Amino acid sequence: MHELSLCRSIGSIVEKVAEGRRVAVVEIEVGHLRQVVPETLVHCWTLITQGTDLANSRLEIQEKPCIVACQDCDKETTLTESPILECGFCTSKNVTLIAGEEFMVTSLVLED
Amino acid sequence: MGRFHRHDDGTTHSHDHDHAGHDHHHGHPHDHDHEHGHPHEHPHDHEHTPDPERAELIGDHSGYSTGGERIQVLERIFDENDRAAETNRSLLDTADVTAINLMSSPGAGKTTLLVATLSALQDRVRCGVIEGDIETSIDADRLEGFGAQISLLNTGDGFGGECHLDAPMVATALTRLNLEDLDLLFIENVGNLVCPAEFDVGAHRRAMVASVTEGEDKPLKYPVMFRSVDAVVINKIDLLPYLDFDIDQFQANITAINPTATIFLTSTKTGEGLHEWIDWVQSGTVN
Repeated sequence: MHELSLCRSIGSIVEKVAEGRRVAVVEIEVGHLRQVVPETLVHCWTLITQGTDLANSRLEIQEKPCIVACQDCDKETTLTESPILECGFCTSKNVTLIAGEEFMVTSLVLED
Repeated sequence: MGRFHRHDDGTTHSHDHDHAGHDHHHGHPHDHDHEHGHPHEHPHDHEHTPDPERAELIGDHSGYSTGGERIQVLERIFDENDRAAETNRSLLDTADVTAINLMSSPGAGKTTLLVATLSALQDRVRCGVIEGDIETSIDADRLEGFGAQISLLNTGDGFGGECHLDAPMVATALTRLNLEDLDLLFIENVGNLVCPAEFDVGAHRRAMVASVTEGEDKPLKYPVMFRSVDAVVINKIDLLPYLDFDIDQFQANITAINPTATIFLTSTKTGEGLHEWIDWVQSGTVN
């Protein structure tokens, strides 16, 4: 629901880094714990870049899974369905989140 | 504390690579260095089999070749907001003001709870409210008359209105308050269980209101919100006799998602449970 304002933030990062050069691709990483709908983000990107220097740029999203590390049994679990952060081996909830909250612009690819 | 749990201790630790749920192999051990404010880079290659149609839609064009120069950026998209949030927090700290970010779905009873809270604290604690609403001053008007400073923030901007408050908006609202004359500041967020959880606005504590008319499964459906708060107020308990609402299951679901959340059972209509909530609110103030 907040993808439009997120796209504005992405746009300001891209403009700052690109320094007027033409951008072909904006690569971002989105963790599964982020409440971001990738399809909506791509749609909003086309909306906010219309009529700007970034109008022809493409947003590419790499999704990152949610991984927790168990403090009790030292094992890592990749969580796919359950919203509960717990160890997949010993069911302990004494876990540390080590991936899944990523939300960053990783790189830009400039036009030839 | 959900996404705001950022491993402030800066600990370094290594892990075994036993992942449930999928297979992958590594040739070397690695360390994770979790520093404040940094993203969790996880140097594993998790191979997913992409759905080609969806991949096309979300822009996964990894099969294409692009000839242009590649520039590494590695900039967190929330950085600008989070810097503004830190500035807000410093301003509040300097004035010894404790701020509570109050969130909920629309209609759970945030404003009514605030009215009851301001009424109870009147003449004892100097309160302020930043009132976030997409349109109208209806809620801000309801909060008048209890001696609190009110700063209204309408988020409507021609795109239908922002669905959350962010740190720069709160920074603007702070300029309309006299912080030196405050002990406690409530930031009443826009009614929404998704977006407000993602944005640090510079508050010290986070609380949410859920009502018994909303269904026991809400914590499981909106885990990011329920995980992000220090306290959950379960409101409208006076309606329990009329509903098929399993309050024990609801509390169990909250605890499953957020084991450390403090839970309050309240009715703003009868006043039941408000004492405990108001004690919690006051316990966070400096003075």
